[in-house]
Amino acid sequence: MDAKHAAQCQCGEESEEEKLARIAQVVDDFKGQEGSLIQILHLAQAIYGYLPLHVQQLIAERLDIPLSEVYGVTTFYSFFSTKPRGEYTIRVCLGTACYVRGGAEIVKRLSQQLGVEVGGTTADRKFTLEVMRCIGACGLAPAVTVNDTVMRQVNPDKLNRILEMCS
Amino acid sequence: MVTLTINGKQVQAEPGMSVLEAAKANNIMIPHFCYLEDVHQVGACRICVVEIEGARSLQASCMVPVREGMVVRTNTARVKRARKVLYELMLSDHPRNCLSCLRNQNCEFQKLGELIQISEFRFEGEKSKSFVDLSSPSIVRDSSKCILCRRCITVCNEIQGVGVLNVQKRGFHSVIGPADELPLSSVNCTNCGQCVMVCPVGALLAKDVTERVWDAIFDPHKRVIVQTAPAVRVALGEEFGYPPGTIVTGKMATALREIGFDEIFDTNFAADLTIIEEGTEFLQRVTAALTGKNAVLPMITSCSPGWIKYIEHEFPQELDHLSTCKSPHMMLGALAKTYYAEKIGVDPKDIFVVSIMPCTAKKFEITRPEMFINGMPTVDAVLTTRELARMIRDAGIEFQELPDGRFDDPLGFSTGAADIFGTTGGVMEAALRTVYEIVTGREIPFERLEVTPVRGLSQVKEAAIKIEGTKPEYSYLEGVEVRVAVTSGLSGAKRLMKEVAEGTSPYHFIEVMGCPGGCIAGGGQPKPTTRSIREARMRAIYAEDAGKPKRKSHENPFVAKLYEEFLGEPLGHRSHELLHTHYVPRGRYNELEGTRIPIQTK
Repeated sequence: MDAKHAAQCQCGEESEEEKLARIAQVVDDFKGQEGSLIQILHLAQAIYGYLPLHVQQLIAERLDIPLSEVYGVTTFYSFFSTKPRGEYTIRVCLGTACYVRGGAEIVKRLSQQLGVEVGGTTADRKFTLEVMRCIGACGLAPAVTVNDTVMRQVNPDKLNRILEMCS
Repeated sequence: MVTLTINGKQVQAEPGMSVLEAAKANNIMIPHFCYLEDVHQVGACRICVVEIEGARSLQASCMVPVREGMVVRTNTARVKRARKVLYELMLSDHPRNCLSCLRNQNCEFQKLGELIQISEFRFEGEKSKSFVDLSSPSIVRDSSKCILCRRCITVCNEIQGVGVLNVQKRGFHSVIGPADELPLSSVNCTNCGQCVMVCPVGALLAKDVTERVWDAIFDPHKRVIVQTAPAVRVALGEEFGYPPGTIVTGKMATALREIGFDEIFDTNFAADLTIIEEGTEFLQRVTAALTGKNAVLPMITSCSPGWIKYIEHEFPQELDHLSTCKSPHMMLGALAKTYYAEKIGVDPKDIFVVSIMPCTAKKFEITRPEMFINGMPTVDAVLTTRELARMIRDAGIEFQELPDGRFDDPLGFSTGAADIFGTTGGVMEAALRTVYEIVTGREIPFERLEVTPVRGLSQVKEAAIKIEGTKPEYSYLEGVEVRVAVTSGLSGAKRLMKEVAEGTSPYHFIEVMGCPGGCIAGGGQPKPTTRSIREARMRAIYAEDAGKPKRKSHENPFVAKLYEEFLGEPLGHRSHELLHTHYVPRGRYNELEGTRIPIQTK
């Protein structure tokens, strides 16, 4: 992500209009560059938190491409979400190495502790639980990411500590 | 030319051809499935795989261009095994209820199965999709039958430029459809049906209403009136084994009578009427423009309901450019339930009007509230050419053996100008024949009345006609050059509409038909519709015109009588009430505000 569009956390500070205006600016900056849709969606998600239909509509309209095409890309990549996410997204790696070293158990425990299924968000909008297929950190297995931070060799019995870090 | 070896035979091919095309040109048929000539070539299904010397894996022959010295084998054990497994895997995710599918016996997947021949279902498992979208009055989308060939995506996005259909989600969960699982009725689908034309299976179908029509025919209290569009008579024969371009007007009329319709009218009659109304409207606009009054030009034709819905979604600010004329079959429906009902002394509530159309968008058109008169639909059911063929077969009629019949008066007579409404350029040509003569008192200066610049399959056609020697009442038109443009297919419409929206359009009059080639290639026509079939149907339309004793709409004596007895004058009070309409600015994304009709799960 280039510096100009790097997402700064402005939780609670930025209004809906300001967010949409920033997204519109992103689209205009990339317009005309072939293959820029994924990058735009990536930045838009960073600004808005997720990609609801009206944000995708804004992007489609400004790029003059069909909404069905934008939606197709959004639903193809698991990184994009069309539903609101929690403040913290916890992703458990289930690549081969993490899986054999207990990734599945971490998913099970987190799901119990947070009270949500994989893909779900807690009622207080604090946590979203997801799984992923290998982040290339096999030496750290089992790995978990919290937003952009990678947690190494996670012990299922010590998940509380990770959750507490997020308060 | 490129020389290559296919199955041990040396063959020649044009450079740039795919291996599949080169093989076909040399009478070697490589089984294929998603590939569609001139339309779709993406290698999605892999059925056309072949062995190419030097390549490690099997190659999709539709995607590989020929090379000098290439050695190809299309029929080895390895190829056959791969092809069979691919077919079996596709079949494992496809319902096997063919007997209750409208595409039974006319399904490309069944035909592929005939080639491959399996004796058991080896792969049983979960099915990936199971919903049916019945929300649109025109098109039914049955996801369970979809085999993800993506042909519909190509026509919807690249050929029509509408982009309602795309792949959503991924892998096993992939589904072809609008954004956010929206039903077709809530998105900017134009109902053109070009996706239906290319779907190899029963995943996209025109909504079948033959049962409703049979019910009306069998109801002793209903007077059932049928009308047929100009493009149907040059295509219906294909459903009964005639070569493309065979004119079957007479047999069609007889078949309709044998099916049990009470009156057989011709939409062509209303096409002649349209020319009088629309020609007058055009003259009125031009007159206003030249005398310093407000006038919206270019005027654009309004016969094609797919085009109408497109402009309502994409250019809602430009609706004033549309002629206010209803499409011909809606005019005829309105007349059948007023003028004709009065003539025969039947309560219009007991009249059931059926339109046989080459079109799926007309199924939507009859549901528009602005088309209703006194709370009553003026056309009760629209059947496609294919649905009519089904009814003829269902009735046990041997079509090829039928004698020629004729349409009924007074709404069954038409001129050659009406026949050509069925092809791109036809409405324009018919209008020019009449308008030129009204203004100058002379025939339009083209040999045999053939306005050749607006004929043919090019995306955009133009003509400029200088008006000279006007009648005194039109002297202000002396020397004016009327510039016209014709386009078919919605990508062409977009091209011309961008100019209109920017205010740079150089034209006075534009004809738009929603389907590439016009109604002859509409979404309701027999399958397949290829370029050569379009050309054959077009030739037939012009032959029908050339053979008519009268070839100008204003010479239709029954139209003249209609004005005398009932309508009064063109654009008069009654015309406005019955023959004209208005349009709905929908906006490109009105789907997001519209109500959601839930998609049914099987």
